[in-house]
Amino acid sequence: MTVFRARHAMGREVQGIALVAQDGFSARYDLDRTGGVFSRPTHKLAGQSYVGKVLVLDTAKGGVATAWMLHEMASRGIVPLALVLNSVNPILAQGAAFGNVPLLAGFDVDITRAIPDGSTVAIDPDAHTINIVGG
Amino acid sequence: MRLSGEEQDILAGKQGAVHQQALQHQIKVGEFFGAADFVPVTQAHIMADTESLGEAGVLWLEGLAADARKDSVRVPTITDPRGTDFSKASMLGQTAAMLDLERRAIAAFEKLGVTMTDTCINYQTIQAPVRNEHVAFGDTGVVIYSNSVCGAFSNFEGGPSALAAGLTGRTPRYGFHLAEQRRATLRIHVDFSPRSLNDWGALGGVIGRIAGNYWAVPVIEGIDAPPLSDQLKHFGAAMASFGSTALYHIAGVTPEAYRAADVASDDLPGHRVARGDVIALQKSYHTDTGVDVVVFSAPQLSLYELRDLASLCDGRRFMVPLLAVTSPQVKPDADRAGYTARIEHAGGHVLSGMCFYQSYAREIAEANGWKRLATNSAKLVNILGGYGYRPMLASMEACVEAAASGELRLT
Repeated sequence: MTVFRARHAMGREVQGIALVAQDGFSARYDLDRTGGVFSRPTHKLAGQSYVGKVLVLDTAKGGVATAWMLHEMASRGIVPLALVLNSVNPILAQGAAFGNVPLLAGFDVDITRAIPDGSTVAIDPDAHTINIVGG
Repeated sequence: MRLSGEEQDILAGKQGAVHQQALQHQIKVGEFFGAADFVPVTQAHIMADTESLGEAGVLWLEGLAADARKDSVRVPTITDPRGTDFSKASMLGQTAAMLDLERRAIAAFEKLGVTMTDTCINYQTIQAPVRNEHVAFGDTGVVIYSNSVCGAFSNFEGGPSALAAGLTGRTPRYGFHLAEQRRATLRIHVDFSPRSLNDWGALGGVIGRIAGNYWAVPVIEGIDAPPLSDQLKHFGAAMASFGSTALYHIAGVTPEAYRAADVASDDLPGHRVARGDVIALQKSYHTDTGVDVVVFSAPQLSLYELRDLASLCDGRRFMVPLLAVTSPQVKPDADRAGYTARIEHAGGHVLSGMCFYQSYAREIAEANGWKRLATNSAKLVNILGGYGYRPMLASMEACVEAAASGELRLT
Protein backbone atom coordinates (compact mmCIF):
# COMPACT_ATOMS: atom_id res chain seq x y z
CA MET A 1 0.00 0.00 0.00
CA THR A 2 1.39 3.39 -1.00
CA VAL A 3 0.69 6.32 1.33
CA PHE A 4 1.06 10.06 0.68
CA ARG A 5 0.77 12.68 3.40
CA ALA A 6 -0.82 16.11 2.90
CA ARG A 7 0.10 19.25 4.82
CA HIS A 8 -3.52 20.47 4.77
CA ALA A 9 -6.62 18.34 5.24
CA MET A 10 -10.30 18.55 6.16
CA GLY A 11 -13.43 16.44 6.06
CA ARG A 12 -14.47 12.81 6.52
CA GLU A 13 -12.86 9.51 5.51
CA VAL A 14 -13.81 8.25 2.03
CA GLN A 15 -12.68 5.62 -0.48
CA GLY A 16 -13.18 5.79 -4.25
CA ILE A 17 -11.81 5.82 -7.78
CA ALA A 18 -9.23 8.49 -8.61
CA LEU A 19 -9.69 10.74 -11.65
CA VAL A 20 -6.27 12.27 -12.24
CA ALA A 21 -4.92 15.03 -14.48
CA GLN A 22 -2.12 17.58 -14.52
CA ASP A 23 -4.56 20.45 -14.76
CA GLY A 24 -6.40 22.87 -12.49
CA PHE A 25 -9.85 22.97 -10.91
CA SER A 26 -12.57 25.59 -10.84
CA ALA A 27 -16.23 24.67 -10.49
CA ARG A 28 -17.38 27.66 -12.53
CA TYR A 29 -14.74 27.64 -15.24
CA ASP A 30 -14.31 23.92 -15.84
CA LEU A 31 -17.56 22.09 -15.13
CA ASP A 32 -20.97 21.48 -16.61
CA ARG A 33 -22.53 21.20 -13.18
CA THR A 34 -25.86 20.00 -14.57
CA GLY A 35 -24.38 17.17 -16.60
CA GLY A 36 -21.66 16.38 -14.07
CA VAL A 37 -18.79 16.52 -16.58
CA PHE A 38 -15.74 18.67 -17.21
CA SER A 39 -16.89 21.07 -19.93
CA ARG A 40 -14.03 23.49 -20.55
CA PRO A 41 -12.79 22.34 -23.97
CA THR A 42 -9.12 22.83 -23.08
CA HIS A 43 -9.29 20.97 -19.75
CA LYS A 44 -7.46 17.64 -19.78
CA LEU A 45 -10.55 15.93 -18.38
CA ALA A 46 -12.98 17.53 -20.89
CA GLY A 47 -16.01 15.32 -21.35
CA GLN A 48 -15.28 13.08 -18.35
CA SER A 49 -17.67 12.67 -15.42
CA TYR A 50 -16.46 13.88 -12.05
CA VAL A 51 -19.44 12.56 -10.09
CA GLY A 52 -18.42 10.38 -7.16
CA LYS A 53 -14.74 10.48 -8.15
CA VAL A 54 -11.71 11.43 -6.09
CA LEU A 55 -10.37 14.27 -8.21
CA VAL A 56 -6.58 14.47 -8.16
CA LEU A 57 -5.46 17.71 -9.81
CA ASP A 58 -2.68 20.28 -9.67
CA THR A 59 -4.08 23.50 -8.29
CA ALA A 60 -7.21 25.56 -7.68
CA LYS A 61 -8.00 28.00 -10.47
CA GLY A 62 -10.41 30.76 -11.19
CA GLY A 63 -12.82 32.73 -9.12
CA VAL A 64 -14.76 32.64 -5.92
CA ALA A 65 -17.85 30.78 -7.10
CA THR A 66 -16.51 27.36 -6.13
CA ALA A 67 -17.08 28.43 -2.52
CA TRP A 68 -20.85 28.19 -3.13
CA MET A 69 -20.91 25.63 -5.91
CA LEU A 70 -19.59 22.54 -4.11
CA HIS A 71 -22.45 22.92 -1.61
CA GLU A 72 -24.98 23.28 -4.41
CA MET A 73 -23.51 20.32 -6.32
CA ALA A 74 -23.57 18.20 -3.15
CA SER A 75 -27.26 19.01 -2.62
CA ARG A 76 -28.00 17.32 -5.98
CA GLY A 77 -25.49 14.50 -5.57
CA ILE A 78 -23.57 15.71 -8.66
CA VAL A 79 -20.33 16.27 -6.79
CA PRO A 80 -16.82 14.78 -6.56
CA LEU A 81 -16.32 12.37 -3.67
CA ALA A 82 -13.17 14.22 -2.60
CA LEU A 83 -10.60 16.71 -3.87
CA VAL A 84 -6.85 16.12 -3.75
CA LEU A 85 -4.54 18.85 -5.06
CA ASN A 86 -0.92 19.85 -5.04
CA SER A 87 -1.98 23.32 -3.91
CA VAL A 88 -5.25 25.08 -3.19
CA ASN A 89 -6.47 28.62 -2.86
CA PRO A 90 -8.70 29.77 -0.01
CA ILE A 91 -11.80 29.46 -2.17
CA LEU A 92 -11.48 25.72 -2.60
CA ALA A 93 -10.89 25.25 1.12
CA GLN A 94 -13.86 27.48 1.96
CA GLY A 95 -16.01 25.64 -0.58
CA ALA A 96 -14.99 22.24 0.74
CA ALA A 97 -15.74 23.36 4.30
CA PHE A 98 -19.16 24.72 3.29
CA GLY A 99 -20.00 21.79 1.00
CA ASN A 100 -18.63 19.08 3.29
CA VAL A 101 -16.31 17.70 0.59
CA PRO A 102 -13.11 16.04 1.89
CA LEU A 103 -10.01 17.95 0.79
CA LEU A 104 -6.28 17.22 0.91
CA ALA A 105 -3.59 19.61 -0.34
CA GLY A 106 0.18 20.09 -0.25
CA PHE A 107 2.39 17.04 -0.77
CA ASP A 108 6.12 16.41 -0.96
CA VAL A 109 5.57 14.82 -4.41
CA ASP A 110 3.57 15.89 -7.44
CA ILE A 111 0.40 14.08 -6.41
CA THR A 112 -0.94 14.08 -9.99
CA ARG A 113 2.04 11.91 -11.01
CA ALA A 114 2.00 9.78 -7.86
CA ILE A 115 -1.63 8.58 -8.07
CA PRO A 116 -2.46 6.46 -11.16
CA ASP A 117 -5.66 7.45 -12.94
CA GLY A 118 -8.39 4.92 -12.18
CA SER A 119 -6.78 3.55 -9.05
CA THR A 120 -8.78 3.04 -5.86
CA VAL A 121 -7.71 5.44 -3.13
CA ALA A 122 -8.60 5.86 0.54
CA ILE A 123 -8.58 9.33 2.10
CA ASP A 124 -8.21 9.92 5.82
CA PRO A 125 -8.23 13.67 6.55
CA ASP A 126 -7.61 13.22 10.27
CA ALA A 127 -4.37 11.40 9.42
CA HIS A 128 -3.71 13.80 6.46
CA THR A 129 -3.24 10.77 4.17
CA ILE A 130 -4.25 9.34 0.81
CA ASN A 131 -3.52 5.65 0.26
CA ILE A 132 -3.54 3.70 -3.00
CA VAL A 133 -5.47 0.58 -2.05
CA GLY A 134 -6.16 -0.90 -5.48
CA GLY A 135 -5.14 -0.65 -9.14
CA MET B 1 -6.52 28.53 16.51
CA ARG B 2 -6.03 30.86 19.47
CA LEU B 3 -9.41 32.39 20.36
CA SER B 4 -10.08 35.58 22.30
CA GLY B 5 -12.66 35.64 25.08
CA GLU B 6 -15.22 37.17 22.71
CA GLU B 7 -14.50 34.52 20.09
CA GLN B 8 -14.95 31.78 22.69
CA ASP B 9 -18.31 33.30 23.59
CA ILE B 10 -19.37 33.39 19.94
CA LEU B 11 -18.30 29.76 19.53
CA ALA B 12 -20.29 28.81 22.62
CA GLY B 13 -23.39 30.34 21.05
CA LYS B 14 -23.67 33.24 23.50
CA GLN B 15 -24.22 35.67 20.61
CA GLY B 16 -26.72 33.45 18.80
CA ALA B 17 -26.74 30.62 16.33
CA VAL B 18 -25.98 32.78 13.27
CA HIS B 19 -22.67 34.06 14.64
CA GLN B 20 -21.79 30.67 16.13
CA GLN B 21 -22.22 29.00 12.75
CA ALA B 22 -20.17 31.72 11.06
CA LEU B 23 -17.27 31.35 13.46
CA GLN B 24 -17.34 27.54 13.21
CA HIS B 25 -16.94 27.85 9.44
CA GLN B 26 -14.10 30.34 9.82
CA ILE B 27 -12.26 28.09 12.29
CA LYS B 28 -12.51 25.14 9.90
CA VAL B 29 -10.91 27.21 7.12
CA GLY B 30 -8.38 28.87 9.44
CA GLU B 31 -7.18 25.58 10.86
CA PHE B 32 -6.86 24.11 7.35
CA PHE B 33 -4.38 26.89 6.53
CA GLY B 34 -2.69 26.90 9.95
CA ALA B 35 -3.95 30.36 10.99
CA ALA B 36 -2.74 31.28 14.48
CA ASP B 37 -5.68 33.56 15.28
CA PHE B 38 -8.25 35.96 13.85
CA VAL B 39 -7.66 39.48 12.55
CA PRO B 40 -10.37 42.19 12.74
CA VAL B 41 -11.72 43.37 9.37
CA THR B 42 -13.36 46.69 8.52
CA GLN B 43 -15.41 45.71 5.45
CA ALA B 44 -16.78 42.55 3.84
CA HIS B 45 -17.86 42.01 0.23
CA ILE B 46 -19.93 38.96 -0.74
CA MET B 47 -20.04 37.19 -4.11
CA ALA B 48 -23.45 35.54 -4.13
CA ASP B 49 -25.13 35.29 -7.53
CA THR B 50 -27.86 32.68 -7.48
CA GLU B 51 -26.40 30.65 -10.32
CA SER B 52 -23.63 29.83 -7.85
CA LEU B 53 -25.85 29.46 -4.78
CA GLY B 54 -28.57 27.42 -6.42
CA GLU B 55 -31.66 26.45 -4.48
CA ALA B 56 -29.46 24.86 -1.81
CA GLY B 57 -27.47 28.03 -1.18
CA VAL B 58 -30.57 30.21 -1.05
CA LEU B 59 -32.24 27.81 1.40
CA TRP B 60 -29.12 27.98 3.57
CA LEU B 61 -29.21 31.80 3.48
CA GLU B 62 -32.91 31.83 4.34
CA GLY B 63 -32.17 29.56 7.29
CA LEU B 64 -29.59 32.03 8.57
CA ALA B 65 -31.90 34.97 7.94
CA ALA B 66 -34.68 33.38 9.97
CA ASP B 67 -32.52 33.82 13.07
CA ALA B 68 -31.01 37.17 12.04
CA ARG B 69 -31.42 40.79 13.05
CA LYS B 70 -30.78 43.90 10.96
CA ASP B 71 -27.59 44.44 12.92
CA SER B 72 -26.37 40.88 12.45
CA VAL B 73 -23.40 42.02 10.38
CA ARG B 74 -20.79 43.75 12.54
CA VAL B 75 -18.99 45.69 9.77
CA PRO B 76 -20.21 47.20 6.49
CA THR B 77 -21.01 44.16 4.35
CA ILE B 78 -21.79 44.68 0.67
CA THR B 79 -22.51 42.53 -2.37
CA ASP B 80 -20.93 41.61 -5.68
CA PRO B 81 -23.14 41.66 -8.82
CA ARG B 82 -26.43 39.82 -8.76
CA GLY B 83 -27.53 37.29 -11.35
CA THR B 84 -29.80 39.69 -13.18
CA ASP B 85 -30.83 43.23 -13.93
CA PHE B 86 -34.54 42.81 -13.23
CA SER B 87 -35.47 45.48 -15.77
CA LYS B 88 -33.59 43.63 -18.56
CA ALA B 89 -34.31 40.02 -17.58
CA SER B 90 -36.79 39.37 -20.38
CA MET B 91 -34.36 40.71 -22.99
CA LEU B 92 -31.74 38.31 -21.61
CA GLY B 93 -34.18 35.40 -21.77
CA GLN B 94 -33.96 34.68 -18.05
CA THR B 95 -36.79 32.66 -16.52
CA ALA B 96 -39.24 33.49 -13.74
CA ALA B 97 -37.59 30.79 -11.61
CA MET B 98 -34.20 32.53 -11.89
CA LEU B 99 -35.71 35.86 -10.86
CA ASP B 100 -37.62 34.30 -7.98
CA LEU B 101 -34.40 32.78 -6.64
CA GLU B 102 -32.72 36.19 -6.93
CA ARG B 103 -35.53 37.89 -5.00
CA ARG B 104 -35.34 35.29 -2.23
CA ALA B 105 -31.55 35.70 -1.92
CA ILE B 106 -31.87 39.50 -1.76
CA ALA B 107 -34.56 39.29 0.93
CA ALA B 108 -32.38 36.97 3.02
CA PHE B 109 -29.31 39.19 2.72
CA GLU B 110 -31.32 42.26 3.68
CA LYS B 111 -32.60 40.48 6.80
CA LEU B 112 -28.98 39.86 7.78
CA GLY B 113 -28.19 43.58 7.38
CA VAL B 114 -26.18 43.20 4.18
CA THR B 115 -26.16 46.28 1.91
CA MET B 116 -27.04 45.31 -1.66
CA THR B 117 -24.46 47.27 -3.65
CA ASP B 118 -24.28 44.64 -6.43
CA THR B 119 -20.91 45.74 -7.70
CA CYS B 120 -17.52 44.23 -8.48
CA ILE B 121 -15.89 47.66 -8.70
CA ASN B 122 -16.53 48.77 -5.12
CA TYR B 123 -12.96 50.09 -5.01
CA GLN B 124 -14.05 52.63 -7.65
CA THR B 125 -17.62 53.26 -6.47
CA ILE B 126 -18.20 52.50 -2.76
CA GLN B 127 -15.08 52.85 -0.61
CA ALA B 128 -11.58 51.81 -1.60
CA PRO B 129 -9.62 50.26 1.27
CA VAL B 130 -6.40 51.96 2.33
CA ARG B 131 -2.93 50.56 2.83
CA ASN B 132 -2.67 47.99 5.66
CA GLU B 133 -6.46 47.83 6.07
CA HIS B 134 -7.58 44.25 6.70
CA VAL B 135 -10.75 43.41 4.74
CA ALA B 136 -12.69 40.29 3.70
CA PHE B 137 -13.49 40.76 0.04
CA GLY B 138 -15.06 38.36 -2.42
CA ASP B 139 -14.67 38.61 -6.21
CA THR B 140 -11.10 37.92 -7.24
CA GLY B 141 -10.89 41.16 -9.21
CA VAL B 142 -11.79 43.17 -6.12
CA VAL B 143 -9.26 41.32 -3.98
CA ILE B 144 -6.33 41.65 -6.38
CA TYR B 145 -7.02 45.38 -6.91
CA SER B 146 -7.40 46.02 -3.17
CA ASN B 147 -4.26 44.06 -2.28
CA SER B 148 -2.08 45.33 -5.10
CA VAL B 149 -3.20 48.88 -5.93
CA CYS B 150 -4.55 49.92 -2.52
CA GLY B 151 -2.11 47.94 -0.37
CA ALA B 152 -4.97 46.48 1.68
CA PHE B 153 -4.87 42.95 3.14
CA SER B 154 -7.38 40.36 1.91
CA ASN B 155 -7.60 36.75 0.86
CA PHE B 156 -10.12 35.55 -1.69
CA GLU B 157 -13.19 35.23 0.52
CA GLY B 158 -15.88 33.11 -1.10
CA GLY B 159 -19.51 33.97 -0.36
CA PRO B 160 -20.03 31.92 2.82
CA SER B 161 -16.67 33.07 4.21
CA ALA B 162 -17.18 36.75 3.35
CA LEU B 163 -20.62 36.64 4.98
CA ALA B 164 -19.08 34.96 8.02
CA ALA B 165 -16.48 37.74 8.20
CA GLY B 166 -19.20 40.38 7.97
CA LEU B 167 -21.10 38.67 10.78
CA THR B 168 -18.15 38.19 13.12
CA GLY B 169 -16.12 41.26 12.09
CA ARG B 170 -12.97 39.16 11.70
CA THR B 171 -11.30 36.60 9.49
CA PRO B 172 -8.64 33.92 10.01
CA ARG B 173 -5.14 35.40 9.84
CA TYR B 174 -3.46 33.48 7.01
CA GLY B 175 -2.34 34.13 3.43
CA PHE B 176 -2.22 37.77 2.39
CA HIS B 177 -3.07 39.04 5.89
CA LEU B 178 0.55 38.10 6.73
CA ALA B 179 3.33 40.50 5.69
CA GLU B 180 5.75 37.69 4.80
CA GLN B 181 3.25 36.21 2.34
CA ARG B 182 3.15 39.48 0.40
CA ARG B 183 6.75 39.47 -0.84
CA ALA B 184 7.26 38.70 -4.52
CA THR B 185 7.94 35.13 -5.57
CA LEU B 186 8.76 35.82 -9.22
CA ARG B 187 9.93 38.73 -11.36
CA ILE B 188 8.24 39.65 -14.64
CA HIS B 189 9.97 42.07 -17.01
CA VAL B 190 7.71 43.50 -19.69
CA ASP B 191 9.27 45.21 -22.69
CA PHE B 192 6.24 47.37 -23.51
CA SER B 193 3.40 49.15 -21.72
CA PRO B 194 -0.12 48.35 -22.93
CA ARG B 195 -2.58 51.14 -23.67
CA SER B 196 -5.94 49.52 -24.47
CA LEU B 197 -7.99 47.71 -21.84
CA ASN B 198 -7.92 44.44 -23.80
CA ASP B 199 -4.12 44.61 -24.02
CA TRP B 200 -3.89 45.28 -20.27
CA GLY B 201 -6.22 42.36 -19.66
CA ALA B 202 -4.26 40.09 -21.97
CA LEU B 203 -1.02 41.07 -20.21
CA GLY B 204 -2.66 40.19 -16.90
CA GLY B 205 -3.70 36.86 -18.39
CA VAL B 206 -0.18 36.08 -19.61
CA ILE B 207 1.31 36.92 -16.22
CA GLY B 208 -1.43 34.97 -14.42
CA ARG B 209 -0.62 31.88 -16.44
CA ILE B 210 3.07 32.24 -15.59
CA ALA B 211 2.37 32.82 -11.89
CA GLY B 212 0.05 29.82 -11.94
CA ASN B 213 -1.37 29.67 -8.45
CA TYR B 214 -2.78 31.69 -5.57
CA TRP B 215 0.40 31.85 -3.52
CA ALA B 216 2.59 33.25 -6.33
CA VAL B 217 3.22 37.01 -6.14
CA PRO B 218 4.67 38.57 -9.29
CA VAL B 219 6.60 41.83 -9.25
CA ILE B 220 6.41 43.52 -12.62
CA GLU B 221 9.11 45.76 -13.99
CA GLY B 222 9.21 47.81 -17.19
CA ILE B 223 5.87 49.64 -17.05
CA ASP B 224 6.79 53.10 -18.32
CA ALA B 225 3.98 55.28 -16.92
CA PRO B 226 1.40 55.09 -14.13
CA PRO B 227 -1.53 53.03 -15.43
CA LEU B 228 -5.10 54.23 -14.97
CA SER B 229 -7.52 52.65 -12.53
CA ASP B 230 -9.54 51.06 -15.35
CA GLN B 231 -6.38 49.63 -16.90
CA LEU B 232 -5.32 48.06 -13.60
CA LYS B 233 -8.89 46.86 -13.11
CA HIS B 234 -8.70 44.77 -16.32
CA PHE B 235 -5.07 43.80 -15.69
CA GLY B 236 -5.73 42.44 -12.19
CA ALA B 237 -9.09 40.85 -12.97
CA ALA B 238 -7.52 38.88 -15.81
CA MET B 239 -4.45 37.91 -13.77
CA ALA B 240 -6.70 36.65 -10.98
CA SER B 241 -8.86 34.79 -13.46
CA PHE B 242 -6.08 33.11 -15.44
CA GLY B 243 -3.79 32.46 -12.50
CA SER B 244 -5.92 32.63 -9.34
CA THR B 245 -3.45 35.37 -8.42
CA ALA B 246 -4.42 37.65 -5.52
CA LEU B 247 -1.50 40.09 -5.30
CA TYR B 248 1.02 41.65 -7.66
CA HIS B 249 3.43 44.52 -7.39
CA ILE B 250 4.42 46.95 -10.14
CA ALA B 251 7.77 48.56 -9.42
CA GLY B 252 7.35 52.31 -9.07
CA VAL B 253 3.56 52.14 -9.21
CA THR B 254 1.95 50.04 -6.47
CA PRO B 255 2.43 51.13 -2.86
CA GLU B 256 4.49 48.24 -1.49
CA ALA B 257 7.05 48.36 -4.33
CA TYR B 258 8.52 51.82 -4.66
CA ARG B 259 11.40 49.78 -6.10
CA ALA B 260 11.35 46.08 -6.99
CA ALA B 261 13.96 45.51 -4.28
CA ASP B 262 11.38 46.52 -1.66
CA VAL B 263 9.47 43.29 -2.26
CA ALA B 264 11.85 41.03 -4.18
CA SER B 265 15.23 39.42 -3.64
CA ASP B 266 17.71 39.28 -6.55
CA ASP B 267 17.59 35.52 -6.89
CA LEU B 268 13.90 35.20 -7.75
CA PRO B 269 13.02 33.35 -10.95
CA GLY B 270 12.60 35.84 -13.79
CA HIS B 271 10.41 35.86 -16.90
CA ARG B 272 10.27 38.22 -19.86
CA VAL B 273 6.93 39.08 -21.41
CA ALA B 274 6.89 40.68 -24.85
CA ARG B 275 4.16 42.35 -26.86
CA GLY B 276 4.06 39.17 -28.98
CA ASP B 277 2.93 37.15 -25.96
CA VAL B 278 -0.01 39.51 -25.42
CA ILE B 279 -0.95 39.37 -29.11
CA ALA B 280 -0.64 35.58 -29.11
CA LEU B 281 -3.02 35.20 -26.17
CA GLN B 282 -5.64 37.31 -27.95
CA LYS B 283 -5.17 35.51 -31.27
CA SER B 284 -5.67 32.15 -29.56
CA TYR B 285 -9.32 33.14 -29.00
CA HIS B 286 -9.95 34.35 -32.55
CA THR B 287 -11.76 31.29 -33.82
CA ASP B 288 -14.31 32.95 -36.10
CA THR B 289 -15.10 36.18 -37.87
CA GLY B 290 -18.85 36.17 -37.22
CA VAL B 291 -20.24 37.50 -33.95
CA ASP B 292 -23.59 36.71 -32.25
CA VAL B 293 -23.30 39.10 -29.31
CA VAL B 294 -20.95 41.82 -28.05
CA VAL B 295 -20.46 42.13 -24.29
CA PHE B 296 -18.67 44.70 -22.15
CA SER B 297 -18.57 43.35 -18.61
CA ALA B 298 -16.28 41.61 -16.10
CA PRO B 299 -15.46 43.89 -14.43
CA GLN B 300 -18.44 46.25 -14.53
CA LEU B 301 -17.75 49.39 -16.55
CA SER B 302 -16.72 52.64 -14.94
CA LEU B 303 -18.24 55.97 -15.93
CA TYR B 304 -15.16 56.63 -18.06
CA GLU B 305 -15.50 53.34 -19.95
CA LEU B 306 -19.17 54.13 -20.63
CA ARG B 307 -18.12 57.57 -21.84
CA ASP B 308 -15.69 55.99 -24.31
CA LEU B 309 -18.30 53.46 -25.39
CA ALA B 310 -20.94 56.13 -25.94
CA SER B 311 -18.56 58.01 -28.25
CA LEU B 312 -17.95 54.87 -30.29
CA CYS B 313 -21.71 54.23 -30.57
CA ASP B 314 -22.55 57.63 -32.05
CA GLY B 315 -23.84 57.30 -35.61
CA ARG B 316 -23.99 53.48 -35.46
CA ARG B 317 -26.88 51.04 -35.82
CA PHE B 318 -26.15 47.63 -34.35
CA MET B 319 -27.17 44.42 -36.11
CA VAL B 320 -26.17 42.11 -33.24
CA PRO B 321 -26.91 42.72 -29.55
CA LEU B 322 -24.40 44.86 -27.65
CA LEU B 323 -24.56 44.65 -23.86
CA ALA B 324 -22.68 47.02 -21.55
CA VAL B 325 -22.83 46.12 -17.86
CA THR B 326 -22.16 48.59 -15.07
CA SER B 327 -22.81 49.03 -11.36
CA PRO B 328 -25.96 50.50 -9.76
CA GLN B 329 -23.76 53.36 -8.53
CA VAL B 330 -22.45 54.29 -12.00
CA LYS B 331 -25.68 53.75 -13.96
CA PRO B 332 -27.51 56.89 -12.72
CA ASP B 333 -24.48 59.02 -13.61
CA ALA B 334 -24.32 57.41 -17.06
CA ASP B 335 -28.02 58.19 -17.48
CA ARG B 336 -27.56 61.82 -16.39
CA ALA B 337 -24.52 62.27 -18.61
CA GLY B 338 -26.44 60.95 -21.61
CA TYR B 339 -24.10 57.98 -22.16
CA THR B 340 -26.88 55.41 -21.69
CA ALA B 341 -29.11 57.14 -24.25
CA ARG B 342 -26.31 57.31 -26.82
CA ILE B 343 -25.49 53.61 -26.42
CA GLU B 344 -29.15 52.63 -26.56
CA HIS B 345 -29.85 54.90 -29.54
CA ALA B 346 -27.41 52.74 -31.51
CA GLY B 347 -29.30 49.64 -30.40
CA GLY B 348 -27.14 48.68 -27.44
CA HIS B 349 -28.26 47.86 -23.91
CA VAL B 350 -26.86 49.23 -20.65
CA LEU B 351 -27.42 46.82 -17.76
CA SER B 352 -26.80 47.44 -14.12
CA GLY B 353 -26.08 45.47 -10.95
CA MET B 354 -25.20 42.18 -12.66
CA CYS B 355 -22.25 40.71 -14.45
CA PHE B 356 -22.55 38.74 -17.67
CA TYR B 357 -20.91 35.52 -16.56
CA GLN B 358 -22.70 35.52 -13.20
CA SER B 359 -26.12 35.76 -14.84
CA TYR B 360 -26.87 32.23 -15.99
CA ALA B 361 -24.53 32.59 -18.96
CA ARG B 362 -25.21 29.10 -20.30
CA GLU B 363 -28.99 29.46 -20.17
CA ILE B 364 -29.08 32.94 -21.75
CA ALA B 365 -26.80 31.69 -24.53
CA GLU B 366 -29.25 28.89 -25.29
CA ALA B 367 -32.27 31.23 -25.03
CA ASN B 368 -30.77 33.76 -27.46
CA GLY B 369 -28.66 31.62 -29.78
CA TRP B 370 -25.47 33.31 -28.57
CA LYS B 371 -22.26 31.37 -29.13
CA ARG B 372 -19.70 33.66 -30.80
CA LEU B 373 -19.12 36.47 -28.30
CA ALA B 374 -16.83 39.48 -28.74
CA THR B 375 -15.56 41.39 -25.71
CA ASN B 376 -12.65 43.53 -24.59
CA SER B 377 -12.49 41.65 -21.27
CA ALA B 378 -9.72 39.06 -21.00
CA LYS B 379 -11.35 37.77 -17.82
CA LEU B 380 -14.61 37.14 -19.65
CA VAL B 381 -13.01 35.15 -22.48
CA ASN B 382 -11.22 33.00 -19.93
CA ILE B 383 -14.45 32.16 -18.13
CA LEU B 384 -16.92 31.72 -20.95
CA GLY B 385 -15.29 28.77 -22.71
CA GLY B 386 -16.63 26.53 -19.96
CA TYR B 387 -20.13 27.89 -20.57
CA GLY B 388 -20.21 26.76 -24.20
CA TYR B 389 -19.33 30.09 -25.82
CA ARG B 390 -16.67 30.83 -28.41
CA PRO B 391 -15.41 34.05 -26.82
CA MET B 392 -13.16 36.43 -28.76
CA LEU B 393 -10.99 39.17 -27.29
CA ALA B 394 -10.57 42.48 -29.11
CA SER B 395 -10.44 46.21 -28.51
CA MET B 396 -13.53 48.17 -27.53
CA GLU B 397 -13.41 49.82 -30.96
CA ALA B 398 -13.29 46.47 -32.82
CA CYS B 399 -16.10 45.07 -30.65
CA VAL B 400 -18.36 48.06 -31.40
CA GLU B 401 -17.57 47.69 -35.09
CA ALA B 402 -18.49 44.00 -34.82
CA ALA B 403 -21.85 44.91 -33.28
CA ALA B 404 -22.53 47.11 -36.30
CA SER B 405 -21.27 44.76 -39.01
CA GLY B 406 -21.69 41.32 -37.44
CA GLU B 407 -18.02 40.62 -38.14
CA LEU B 408 -15.00 40.96 -35.88
CA ARG B 409 -12.15 42.47 -37.86
CA LEU B 410 -8.83 41.68 -36.30
CA THR B 411 -6.23 44.37 -36.15
